[in-house]
Amino acid sequence: MTRNHPSTRPERRKPAGATAMRLVVPLQGVVQGRGGLILGSLIPCALFYFLQFYMKRHRSPKPSSDPPSPSTSSSNLPELTRTSSRSSLSTRGSFGPARVSTRASSIAKQTDSLYYVGLDKVKEDPYHRTDNPDGIIQLGLSENSLCLDLIEKWVLENLTDSIMGTNGGDLSISGIAMYQPFDGMMELKVAMAGFMSQVMGQRVSFDPSQIILTAGATPAVEILSFCLADHGNAFLVPTPYYPGFDRDVRLRTGVELIPVHCRSSDNFIVSISALDQAFNQTRKRGLKVRGILISNPANPVGNILPRETIYDLLDFAREKNIHIISDEIYGGCTYGSEEFISMAEILDSEDFDKSRVHIVYGLSKDLSLPGFRVGVIYSYNESVLAAAKKLTRFSSISALTQRLLVPMLSDTKFIQEYIETNRRRIKKLCNSFVAGLKQLGIKCADSNAGLYCWADMSELIPSYSEKGELELWDKLLNIAKINVTPGSACHCIEPGWFRCCFTTLAQEDIPVVIERIRRVAETSKSSS
Amino acid sequence: MRVIVPLQGVVQGRGGLVLGSVIPCALFYFLQLYLKRFRNDPDDPEQPTSSSPEAKPGSPLPSPSDSAGQLVDFSGLPRSFSRSLLSPRSACGPATISSRVSSIVRSSETPFYVGLKRVEEDPYDEMGNPNGVIQLGLAQNKLSMDLVKDWLAENVKEAIMGGRTSGGDSSIGGIANYQPFDGLMQLKVAVARFMSQFMGKEVSFNPLQIVLTAGATPAIEILSFCLADSGNAFLVPTPYYPDFDRDVKWRTGAEIIPVPCRSADNFNVSITALDRAFNQARKRGVKVRGLIISNPSNPVGNLINRETLYNLLDFAREKNIHIVSNEILAGSTYGSEEFVSLAEIMDLEDLDRDRVHVVYSLSEDLSLPGFRMGVIYSYNENVLAAAKKLVRFSSVSAPAQNLLVSLLSDSEFVQKFVKLNRERLQRMYVEFVVGLKQLGIECTKSNGGFYCWADMSGLISSYGEKGELELWDKLMNVAKVNVIPGSSCHCIEPGWFGFCFASLTEKDIPVVIDRIRRISETCKSSS
Repeated sequence: MTRNHPSTRPERRKPAGATAMRLVVPLQGVVQGRGGLILGSLIPCALFYFLQFYMKRHRSPKPSSDPPSPSTSSSNLPELTRTSSRSSLSTRGSFGPARVSTRASSIAKQTDSLYYVGLDKVKEDPYHRTDNPDGIIQLGLSENSLCLDLIEKWVLENLTDSIMGTNGGDLSISGIAMYQPFDGMMELKVAMAGFMSQVMGQRVSFDPSQIILTAGATPAVEILSFCLADHGNAFLVPTPYYPGFDRDVRLRTGVELIPVHCRSSDNFIVSISALDQAFNQTRKRGLKVRGILISNPANPVGNILPRETIYDLLDFAREKNIHIISDEIYGGCTYGSEEFISMAEILDSEDFDKSRVHIVYGLSKDLSLPGFRVGVIYSYNESVLAAAKKLTRFSSISALTQRLLVPMLSDTKFIQEYIETNRRRIKKLCNSFVAGLKQLGIKCADSNAGLYCWADMSELIPSYSEKGELELWDKLLNIAKINVTPGSACHCIEPGWFRCCFTTLAQEDIPVVIERIRRVAETSKSSS
Repeated sequence: MRVIVPLQGVVQGRGGLVLGSVIPCALFYFLQLYLKRFRNDPDDPEQPTSSSPEAKPGSPLPSPSDSAGQLVDFSGLPRSFSRSLLSPRSACGPATISSRVSSIVRSSETPFYVGLKRVEEDPYDEMGNPNGVIQLGLAQNKLSMDLVKDWLAENVKEAIMGGRTSGGDSSIGGIANYQPFDGLMQLKVAVARFMSQFMGKEVSFNPLQIVLTAGATPAIEILSFCLADSGNAFLVPTPYYPDFDRDVKWRTGAEIIPVPCRSADNFNVSITALDRAFNQARKRGVKVRGLIISNPSNPVGNLINRETLYNLLDFAREKNIHIVSNEILAGSTYGSEEFVSLAEIMDLEDLDRDRVHVVYSLSEDLSLPGFRMGVIYSYNENVLAAAKKLVRFSSVSAPAQNLLVSLLSDSEFVQKFVKLNRERLQRMYVEFVVGLKQLGIECTKSNGGFYCWADMSGLISSYGEKGELELWDKLMNVAKVNVIPGSSCHCIEPGWFGFCFASLTEKDIPVVIDRIRRISETCKSSS
């Protein structure tokens, strides 16, 4: 029966003008079973008559895409044997190059969002204080090099021992050379659980058996999308959101992202009514919403979800029977007065339905080791854990790196020192960066975490729209030679916001950046 | 059948005009009747049971005015806690996971994976656990681990930190910071050089055609994504390595069509069998997008000769499909036959290269599976472009990349390693085959890889998959050796088993042979 529907669906889908509506409405009635008995069977009857007519005329020699049942296929054999001779005579082999799959060609051809365009531009001409002072300064990549000295010191001291073992036994070599569990070594999971608790100020304890390790947070998000949604399902995502989500969630899984717009007047904190509205609208479009994807601390805004909002989100998820993915990769990069509250902390204290909550974490931000490619899925759902464990075969971490990290994460003294120093340095840099922007009349959203600030440059844009924003972005990139992330790449609904990631800068770079922005700011103001 | 056959005719448009419209008409009449009876209230929450979007009562678009009314309705309701508690939905049913993944979770595991799990629970150890299960199922080479270990002990620090222990600003940055997802250029250059060393000296590999992935597993998955759409298929000669079923199919929705090879041909693939499989797939309405071969083949261990490679290329061109050549064992050959890479043929002939993709890995040839380093080497621009984007999900950790750059650049070490490794593989293979022969078990002639492919059909109680699995079960539970049954590799002839000898030491061989002897004696006496 379901097979018949596609023939009526197309008409329903294109409501072009009033005449079309006149056709569509009764058809809808038919599909919904509200058209009455006679109309409900006569209309499909007529449609089928035309369909049969059409098929009779255009019936292609190739078999239909539905596999016929064995009985008919065997009866088809005599008339279909011609295919083999036809294919050997076919000229197709000699022309046409081998085509790639449609999904791959759409991925290859996809126009990049400006986030990626900017990153590529920097690669061609990166700024260097002495070697290339006119190069482009990178403020678009969320990377932290403020505390690399601490990491380096630790690695130099402990590298050989951590990889080869203190006594260089046979065990340690097979531990790095041979196959390891795809979802990560148990030792590293235990160390990771300890590290995560330490980052959250020991207010939560994490269970190593709920941890799945992946090759970065990117595959962690993708694996969760695979696990929680089928092709064509959707996640709600409060905007502005991290531009990478568009690839992580959608590229291979076929899951859609439904932006839920947050506004500067709420300091970009998501509201339940907006979520509710988006949920209903998505349902009306015939899409099934399977989850909410939030990042907390938020990227790119840098704010922290209040406890109350987390409760509301959990209620909302339960009410709609959907999942919550909480991306807490910046959990340790907090520096403001507000305290970061992990979803795990709330689940620890209250009796919520935990099976719908999944936390994404990683070492790329909090330990500034993006090159190590270490991500974490922390889930309370047995089935998700089981599935993710199997899917990590495609995204596992090199055993060498795992071995190196076990002693590093277990060194609580080092970690404590690292976390504190890191917070202090981010805060210092953030303050001077924000102050610098303020001198130019650019205000930043109130942020408490992250490696970036979220700056309102709407006064500098020639027209209050995405177009104006992109013009400014272009000027910043090509004239001022700084690469920032435009709000539109983060699906921000208000034009003129930009994410500036400052943690790759040194203190003495800040005046350079501010000076460069000033030049653009002055020309923009004078022209407007 | 009497009902189904005319219905099929209708769907395919062969039922004639009258029948073709009257039958659906009648069916719709019943549908309407059914709908009328069970029609839900439009405000009814979406039923969890209605799986197909068409049947959802809520999903068809209500008119705009209607929806606006609903919106007002919703915002008017205060979001009280009590409401969510009262809602019956939250009380019942936990959040469900996606159906594609629940099928992966539920999918029954083949003996291959069951066996691996069993070994994990109770692994053999000469001293610690002499009654444990001996691992002969997992393709890993421990024969030359000592060489790697010595090298690492000497070089690990410099290799990872790039030799700059002075604390300059780039030494840690090189491993800590973001690196290109598709691999460091230095490593690509080193890998290209390494590959040309072992895949025929005349071949020069272009580093720009390389995409590095976290192991060969994602390399195959990414190619599968790039070459086939969901529902398309790949032809794969059997017996093939059991992992393909996961790597190719799981997330991509692609299918594998096994192309049976027989012991009479020493398990070499024949073009007629490929042709037949291709046509049958087409008849089923499945579009074949490629051919995946393993050379040296895994688990049989034979090589594909030059002649056959040309035939495969012709076949691929004739059908306009891709060829993925899995050459992860290229450096682990030990026999007298010469290994010919598909890349070598591409180098010699200017055949249309767009359809050729080589998968390589450092796991097997350098016995470093834990490092997770796979290679896609493709001649197709589009595939490379897409793979570079997809590799964000499977990139290699930077410390491992840095280490491999130094390791591969140490050509003296690499030469020595490969030479010794081949000798050791050869010796173990010969010893193992001789041991099996004493028990009357014959193996196919292998020239590469870590497996002996043994014919134990004389020991199985019934000549069928059932008999084979019974023997596998005995080997596992009575003799305590884990081997790969042929059926897990989709081998069409029952009674074949794969024994990975490369994870043993020489003194393990008598133990293994003795354990198999016990089984073979009971089997022979009972039959």
